[in-house]
Amino acid sequence: MLEKVKEITAEALGVETETLTAETSFKEDLGADSLDLFEMVMMFEEEFGQEIPSEDLEKLTTIGAVVEYLEAAK
Amino acid sequence: MNLEGKTALVTGASRGIGRAIALELAKKGADVLLNYNGSVDRAREVKAEIERLGKNAQLYQCDVADYSACETMFRDIFAEHSGLDILVNNAGITRDGLLMRMSEEAFDSVIDTNLKGTFHCMRFAARQMMKQRSGRIINLSSIVGVAGNAGQTNYAASKAGVIGLTKAAAKELASRKITVNAVAPGFIETDMTARLPEKIREQTLLQIPAGSFGKAEDVAHAVVFLASEEAGYITGQVLHVDGGMAM
Repeated sequence: MLEKVKEITAEALGVETETLTAETSFKEDLGADSLDLFEMVMMFEEEFGQEIPSEDLEKLTTIGAVVEYLEAAK
Repeated sequence: MNLEGKTALVTGASRGIGRAIALELAKKGADVLLNYNGSVDRAREVKAEIERLGKNAQLYQCDVADYSACETMFRDIFAEHSGLDILVNNAGITRDGLLMRMSEEAFDSVIDTNLKGTFHCMRFAARQMMKQRSGRIINLSSIVGVAGNAGQTNYAASKAGVIGLTKAAAKELASRKITVNAVAPGFIETDMTARLPEKIREQTLLQIPAGSFGKAEDVAHAVVFLASEEAGYITGQVLHVDGGMAM
């Protein structure tokens, strides 16, 4: 799961997978804007077949937070 | 202007300006998805005409005022087509009347179709266009949304709203190479304007510097331009097609 989330993040934001860790923050470390985040969420939804409600977006601040969220929602 | 290989959706495509836009897009090479609400026979005629031009056309019935109906229409479109390059939000209605006599229902129905209908379609199309990293959205506003018109508070509000919607969405989506523009027709000869009394038509004509009413094709040409690759650096604009009525 962590590797897949890293891969999607790397693809969406155009960064190297190796530079990413669970602690990496989308906004602070990678400079993602709200449209970037929305786009990543669309990709997570497709990859993991789970719907992520808009009100949960603010919880998804780091790669680790996304992994936790997706695992809890399974 | 070449739209070969592009897929376009035109709402309200069975009649008037929407019909002209659909045909013009097809003439420039696009396959056209035709949305209509009530006029199925006329929508079929437009489909046949586009097929005679050697392009694909497909009908999608849906009331754009209905959010979930739009959701279903777009789900069907994306199941049947690989993408959507051009969205033209043209579907619109009028329910004229003086402010003091206008019913809430007359106000709401015009806002629901003209403004919310545009929002609904943009909302579902934008997601796909964002994935594609390309797209053209063209919304039909009106000179009435810019200059106002007695007896059309509901229509004017809806068409001014379309301009705000266009500009906000243009800012949101510009970084994804999606352009969002509005076209504001003046007085165009269609079924909608044919209903007006002769006296109003005569008075209107005096306000048009070009000295004649516009044709649906005049609007269609502006839409085709904004839909083209060549217009890629133009976004958030309102292009007036009105013979000089509003400047």
